[in-house]
Amino acid sequence: MEKKSNITIKSIVAIGIGAALFFVAGRFIALPSPVPNTTMNIQYGILSVFSIIFGPFVGVLAGFIGHTLIDLTWGSPWWSWIIASAVFGLIVGLVKKKIDIENGVFGKKEIILFNVTQVIAHAICWIVIASVLDVVIYQEAFSKLVMQSLTAWALNSVTTGVVGTALLFAYAKTRTKAGSLQKED
Amino acid sequence: MSATLSYIKKNSPIHKLTGSTKFIFFLVWSLAAMITYDTRVLVGMFLLGVVFFRMSKLTWKDIRFAVLFMVWLIALNLIALFLFSPEQGVGIYGTRTEIVHLFWRYSIIAEEMFYLFNFMMKYLAVIPAALLFILTTDPSEFAASLNKIGVSYKVGYSVAIALRYIPDIQRDFREISQAQQARGIDLSKKDKMVDRLKNSAAILFPLVLSSLDRIEVISNAMELRGFGKNKKRTWIVERPFKKADYVAIGIAVCAMVISMLFIFLNGGRFYNPFV
Repeated sequence: MEKKSNITIKSIVAIGIGAALFFVAGRFIALPSPVPNTTMNIQYGILSVFSIIFGPFVGVLAGFIGHTLIDLTWGSPWWSWIIASAVFGLIVGLVKKKIDIENGVFGKKEIILFNVTQVIAHAICWIVIASVLDVVIYQEAFSKLVMQSLTAWALNSVTTGVVGTALLFAYAKTRTKAGSLQKED
Repeated sequence: MSATLSYIKKNSPIHKLTGSTKFIFFLVWSLAAMITYDTRVLVGMFLLGVVFFRMSKLTWKDIRFAVLFMVWLIALNLIALFLFSPEQGVGIYGTRTEIVHLFWRYSIIAEEMFYLFNFMMKYLAVIPAALLFILTTDPSEFAASLNKIGVSYKVGYSVAIALRYIPDIQRDFREISQAQQARGIDLSKKDKMVDRLKNSAAILFPLVLSSLDRIEVISNAMELRGFGKNKKRTWIVERPFKKADYVAIGIAVCAMVISMLFIFLNGGRFYNPFV
């Protein structure tokens, strides 16, 4: 059977379900945050889990479709932030090969790698991509973007760190480790 | 869930257009609004959008919440833009016409007000087209539309799966949440911050893990039915293009051309009435 390595049926379904979860999390699940009247965006935690489990191809499309759907149900897409979400899914997915989550390996080394990656990815997405696109598309003032992107970066990194790490840890526990069976004496 | 916009079935000329037409229209239209900052083009696009909206027989009640929310978002943005950079318009238009000085570094400057007005119009020009696209396109037509404009049908199928499973995941979310509340987990504001965070995890974990299981079930079902075997596929909801479809796409292309033409005429993205 001819099959491209990245478009498997499983990844097609994962993109769809990932986007749907991203949508539901972003739209309906509001986690309380320490700052009054604000909520935390946990959808990036979920997206990072999908990127790690299924890879960059699923990450980029789930982020893009999920974020576009959220924006569409509000009335108008904000392309610069949608693209940033997609790139976040992509970058986190790049370390999939380094984290063997399918075999239940998610120890200290993997946790650190995951968190360093997601913090860098958030920095690239919100501080660089979203800001540059906001300047190019909407000609927004630079100082407003600095405040906006730094807030987004900090908040999203924290929530992704907490939610993503916890979810991956829980997922790894559901997988069977290679060679976990031992012969009884 | 009345706050969420979704397809509303009606009998209007806009509803009769194919999903592909509306999708292409929306993409080209938002691209046209994205590249220009010309006030005349943006206002024209907004007014035309309102006319199309009237043609769709949708009512103000259908969109009230979404529009008010967008207005609120735009207002927040405008305020933030003004607070952080009250002289942005001066830099763009090159002149400075102060009307009233407020306090410290803030004054009402004609150029800044004009820039903020344009910023607002940039959103208002797209909103009618976006609303029309969401409210008059049958979701089941969406995958076919994506395929028609050249997106691989497999990716189109991902979008269809997302739309198909959003209600299911929402229902799962509600069921898990109620089940956990029945077991004594408090999610209301009465509980402490830290406990509420912990309690939210009690919902999130089953939700994500059950969704991951669902991926296995769906992909096995699709695999068994031979999904993805051929390079092309047909769609049950696909409709042929009619005259009205070509007209609609023509209008969007015109908007794009006009938008680019004005950039050329103005020698830049901005229309400058101050010189």
